[in-house]
Amino acid sequence: MNHLPYAVAAWLFLAGLWGVITSRNLIHLVICIGVIQSSSYVLLLAIGYRVGRVAPVFVDIPANTQAVDPIVQALMLTDIVVEVTVIAILLGLAVQIHKGHGTLNPDRLSKVSG
Amino acid sequence: MSEYMLQNGILVFVAVAATAVVLTRDPASQAIVVSFYGLLLGIMFLIFQAPDVALSQIVVGAIALPLMILLALARVRKQGPRT
Amino acid sequence: MTRGFRRIFFLVSAAALAVSFFLAYSQLEPAGRVHSEYGDMVNALTVPELHITDAVSAVNFNVRGFDTLGEEFILFASVVGVLLLMRRQNEEPAGDHEDRIDGRIVPPVSDAVRVMAMLLVAPTFLFGIYIVTHGQVSPGGGFQGGVILATALLLLYLCAEYNQFRRAVPQRLVEVGEALGAAAYILIGAACAGAGGLFLQNFLPLGKSGSITSGGIVALIDLGVGLEVCGGVALAVLAYLEELVEEKEQ
Repeated sequence: MNHLPYAVAAWLFLAGLWGVITSRNLIHLVICIGVIQSSSYVLLLAIGYRVGRVAPVFVDIPANTQAVDPIVQALMLTDIVVEVTVIAILLGLAVQIHKGHGTLNPDRLSKVSG
Repeated sequence: MSEYMLQNGILVFVAVAATAVVLTRDPASQAIVVSFYGLLLGIMFLIFQAPDVALSQIVVGAIALPLMILLALARVRKQGPRT
Repeated sequence: MTRGFRRIFFLVSAAALAVSFFLAYSQLEPAGRVHSEYGDMVNALTVPELHITDAVSAVNFNVRGFDTLGEEFILFASVVGVLLLMRRQNEEPAGDHEDRIDGRIVPPVSDAVRVMAMLLVAPTFLFGIYIVTHGQVSPGGGFQGGVILATALLLLYLCAEYNQFRRAVPQRLVEVGEALGAAAYILIGAACAGAGGLFLQNFLPLGKSGSITSGGIVALIDLGVGLEVCGGVALAVLAYLEELVEEKEQ
């Protein structure tokens, strides 16, 4: 538990990068970019977590219970919003590239001229 | 070690699921794997005491994201391959 | 650069990156034991001073409300971008695409899907409204509830034909709803400034903590954000759907 979340975050980043570099389909590439973004969730989660404490919602527990860090969770919420916006625009770009060039393979795209 | 079994276990699951997402080459089946991966991330957020973020992740990563991927795929297939 | 060379180059760089990750992360304190005073301060103050029981919503809309304004406009801008990208170009002939791949039969929508979608629209809608309005009480908030409301709209599409769906949910209505939600955030902030405080500084009475009227302006901002996110996600998905469906209709 001590450093496992950091190792998992690094692994997610490298696995997503591997997927981007060896991809043969633009939509597969966009999903791998999503995996790279999820590595930042794991990192933020590990930073905000406090061992043995509860969720920062005080609706049914007394208000001075020790809780996990809520600031980092707000950062994670913004991160998730950014992920969905980036993937939406990238998918739109992929569809337009296919309309213009007829292929979704990044290797064959670089050879098209004009 | 037993008190962190849940946390360690879910982290290992997430790493394995991410590898599965990257290694699935066909985008149509990758959409399903991404949906499962989003659900697994949501469970991870829940185990690490972040219910707000878990709700957001499940709603976005397991529903909205695979929906957009499948719709983009359907449009690409409809456009058909060209030389 | 050939594929093989690219892979080997990546493996070498990934090894270097992994080493730098290791060096960086080993300097961090062990996960779960990082010490932060800001978080503890917000947790201690959120119920007595702000009357909000969900600390994450308090951070999002009250303590760091200005950052969330930027986040909502990121969403707004990306929806505008998707609409621009998916707009049908006027110069391309409509009959150029083949709307059916050879040999692939498109099955009609099954009755099971229709019945389930019809049964689920009302509970999903209600659940979305519950999550939006109770954002400051329990986990939830504008963004999560907004996406659930957009899902309710898309369930409506699943159980009806495209024409009926378009008549029930006109494009203009969704666009106006989204713009209103985005403008509401700024107008609430301006109203706060007009009432004698700073931009987005609370001036409404803080209710009893744990009820849906608690938190002052946070409840109103939740409604605005929920409307904007619902409209934005629905618009983006409908932009993907629209060309697909209209071609089939011809």
